Amino acid sequence: MSTAIVSRISGPVVVATDIEQAQMYDVVRIGELGLLGEIIRLEGNKSTIQVYEDTTGLRPGEKIVNTRRPLSIQLGPGLLKSIYDGIQRPLDILRKESGDFISRGKIIPALDQLKKWEFVPIKKKGENVSQGEIIGEVQETPLIRHKIVVPFGIHGQLSEITEGNYTVSENVAQIKTNSAVIDVGLSNWWMVRKPRPVLNKLPPSSPLLTGQRVLDTFFPIAKGGTAAIPGPFGSGKTVTQQQLAKWADSNIIVYVGCGERGNEMTEILTTFPELEDPKSKRPLMERTILVANTSNMPVAAREASIYTGITMGEYYRDMGYDVALMADSTSRWAEALREISGRLEEMPGEEGYPAYLGSRLAEFYERGGKAVVISPEERVGSLTLVGAVSPPGGDFSEPVSQNTLRVTRVFWALDANLASRRHFPSINWLTSYSLYADEMNDWYQSNISSDWIKRRQEALEILQREAELQEIVQLIGYDALPEPEKGILDTARSIREDFLQQSAYDEVDTYSSIKKQFMMLSVILEFGKLEAEAIKKGISSSKVGSLEVRKQISMIKWTKEEQIEQLIKEIEVNMKQQFEKLLVEITI
Amino acid sequence: MSNIAFKTLSKIAGPLIFVEGVNDAAYGEIVEIKLANGDRRQGQVLDTRQGLAIVQVFGPTYGLGTIGTSTKFSGETAMLSVSDEMLGRTFDGLGKPRDNGPKIISKEKYDLVGAGINPYSREEPSEFIQTGMSNIDGMNTLVRGQKLPIFSGAGLPHNLLATQIARQAKVLGTSENFSVVFAAMGITSEEANFFIKQFEESGALGRSVLFLNLSSDPSMERILTPRLALTTAEFLAYEREMHVLVILTDMTNYCEALREISAAREEVPGRRGYPGYMYTDLASIYERAGKIKGRKGSVTQIPILAMPADDITHPIPDLTGYITEGQIVLSRELNRLNIQPPVDVLTSLSRLMNQGIGNGRTREDHRNLADQLYATYAQGKDARALSAIVGEEALSETDRKFLKIANNFERKFVNQGTDENRSIEQTLDIGWELLSHLPDSEMKRIKSEFITKYRKRFNKDVEGV
Repeated sequence: MSTAIVSRISGPVVVATDIEQAQMYDVVRIGELGLLGEIIRLEGNKSTIQVYEDTTGLRPGEKIVNTRRPLSIQLGPGLLKSIYDGIQRPLDILRKESGDFISRGKIIPALDQLKKWEFVPIKKKGENVSQGEIIGEVQETPLIRHKIVVPFGIHGQLSEITEGNYTVSENVAQIKTNSAVIDVGLSNWWMVRKPRPVLNKLPPSSPLLTGQRVLDTFFPIAKGGTAAIPGPFGSGKTVTQQQLAKWADSNIIVYVGCGERGNEMTEILTTFPELEDPKSKRPLMERTILVANTSNMPVAAREASIYTGITMGEYYRDMGYDVALMADSTSRWAEALREISGRLEEMPGEEGYPAYLGSRLAEFYERGGKAVVISPEERVGSLTLVGAVSPPGGDFSEPVSQNTLRVTRVFWALDANLASRRHFPSINWLTSYSLYADEMNDWYQSNISSDWIKRRQEALEILQREAELQEIVQLIGYDALPEPEKGILDTARSIREDFLQQSAYDEVDTYSSIKKQFMMLSVILEFGKLEAEAIKKGISSSKVGSLEVRKQISMIKWTKEEQIEQLIKEIEVNMKQQFEKLLVEITI
Repeated sequence: MSNIAFKTLSKIAGPLIFVEGVNDAAYGEIVEIKLANGDRRQGQVLDTRQGLAIVQVFGPTYGLGTIGTSTKFSGETAMLSVSDEMLGRTFDGLGKPRDNGPKIISKEKYDLVGAGINPYSREEPSEFIQTGMSNIDGMNTLVRGQKLPIFSGAGLPHNLLATQIARQAKVLGTSENFSVVFAAMGITSEEANFFIKQFEESGALGRSVLFLNLSSDPSMERILTPRLALTTAEFLAYEREMHVLVILTDMTNYCEALREISAAREEVPGRRGYPGYMYTDLASIYERAGKIKGRKGSVTQIPILAMPADDITHPIPDLTGYITEGQIVLSRELNRLNIQPPVDVLTSLSRLMNQGIGNGRTREDHRNLADQLYATYAQGKDARALSAIVGEEALSETDRKFLKIANNFERKFVNQGTDENRSIEQTLDIGWELLSHLPDSEMKRIKSEFITKYRKRFNKDVEGV
């Protein structure tokens, strides 16, 4: 009989005495309600525990039980389409069992224990298999075939494998190793704080296309890359994250709502089942896993939610899929670390954050990447990580932003000024960067156009030039600018308004294929060139500005993908004619 | 347990008392404190261990001594008795009647802190609330179940704005049960009287519940006041199927009280001395707004906070903005120009606007029109800043147009006074009228079909006519 009892309670931190065989990160159940907690410090017979649930009403002296297992989640078919809290409790089932408000001490299996899945073997009885090898498949959703693989560390002969319908807890195969017979089921467990191993990591080579023009064209992220989106409130972090979750050409999306608004998760839950994947035309929910630990849910579970999410992401990567994980927001996760650290009375680092903040962030982002996964047959999967950061007061010099920027390779800087004039996505084109752009040149050149790099560079230069000219305008006024400079400002404005601005709420504009993006940018730059030539020949920029084709260019974004080519051709013809007409007028 | 009185105070520090010899006080338990002179106070357990409980006292600590004070642990966490009788009543910051009326006695007792709403149970807020204010309805639409704070500053008319919203707010085409829960934290009695008078005049007092913690009342009570209000609101919304508007004012005072306790506990401070968990704490208040699937009522929150020194990056507005679904920001500059309400439209935002507007809710052109007004106003303000340096003559012709529209936008669209109640149609039409001075080629945010359909009404100087 265990004599472990609670001896102190301070918010989400509980101290217990005499827990048997206590080890770091063991999960314990506390008090009569059986609240879930995790041991985070040991000192003599005292264990300090962070509790994943609200501790109100808990008293010293209540009993405590060690489950003697670190925080682990169940991995298997049924993860997709689910919505979990930070410790993988399915919120839909939780609602059925305990009502509209989250009750405490409930343990609910993450995967449906009764549902039968049709298992189709790939390997035959008697074949030799080793760790990571795919032995069979389950059609998890119409979009995703869930691979059943040999567990890590197992090599041997398939002594049994049977086709049929199974639940997640039933065994589908047996492997005879040198020393034992191992059962293989549809699901297994993995502890969330331990990265799932891979054979080796590969340099990223192809972009994760998102359908967002400013991202794909100017600041692309690679499949397996890492990106940070910092921005003050109201600058569009969440909308950008949701756009990525909707339109990124990834096989699997894991969306972690970490300490954010409840209504935002509801929005995803109501819109995703209705939205279609642009390629497969299936509901987006069929490739999505949601982890929702909203700001009013317990703070320790918020700390765990990031790890829960990334472990599920790694699991699908190991099957050879491209996975993208969005974490909104890592600042709330860091604050959870800070709160727990404060209650432990640890010596604080910068702004009260614990000194290990930087290393925890680095560890997290290091779990991403494109990798050859462990398997005898070569299989490559990728895990892309996109973390939103919410810097206090929009000041990027704070510790979470800075530590994140050190380990991520894409920086999408959200700008409050752009947001306030409703330039969305409000990603600042002067301060943002992507370190993948050069590495992926080959891909763009062979898949889109050999002109790709040139066009992109041209556009960025014009925008840079605009920023310089704006400073001059501030001093002498627009009218005093020479005509050629006015022409550059016109083109820059067209890039900003006709290309970069993109409405997430418009049916057509919300997603642009990479081909459409390239054609749009080319036409805008072409117009700029014709304008510069015309100005050289003495035509004023205001005359050029009133050409009808201008209006047509601004309408490209609202035009459906299948009509784009037609429209672009039309515009090119009109452009030529209208400029020629201008020149004729001036020579007469 | 509840019968034992502990007289073992070892230390009093700020609002905290340390009671020795208590072995099993529950975390969050309510404590009755009896002073040597017979006065009673209430407190709540903040930290508990075998042999010691640290209790936060709601109320002043004068008269408390390490000798002579006795404490009783009630065995209960903070609860509130709720009933229909609460409508039309006024309570203090701890929920005791302030209007000489009887105490609320009810079998229905609700936990003050309460568990969070399961995100899966939430219903997406999408019902447009017409507040009759152009800057809100047109540009930053409020929907049922939203939390939309007013960021204000000392001396700005946020109270006028809040009461005008409470008075005029309605959902188009319905006549459902509506009520107001008002929580005052540390505001002056004059301000409180202003609210009460406004509620009285508009006839809303009978369906209102007021919790008043005035500036003369103990600051520690403020920790409980918003939670009392929200517990009441949830009862009215989810049990009595009412649509409840909760006004919380002033959240800045609430945060000051939070900081006071944190300092007394000698916690590691976060920014500007506010506790590191202030985000989580504020979220436990703001996130209680919303709608629940299958239940009729809703809780809509309008918290008011005074930004210290008008600084929107101060931790209080900053953390609030990260939790709430947008913000309405008041501008001192517009207030000086006598524009009422002086709302700075560009820094204001409603995140749930899209769900509440458009065809079937407001009007099909709403989104496009609002975007165009935003962009035009922003450009007009740029032109204004530029003209201050180079003079209006040096502006381009287009910029002069933008400047004119920006001026009119402030005077005709934002400015409407405290009595005017505009329908959404009126609001949108004023918008179109303003834009009628803009050339077609600048109307990039509006689809051509809407331009043809709506612009005709105001084609005063449309090109080519």
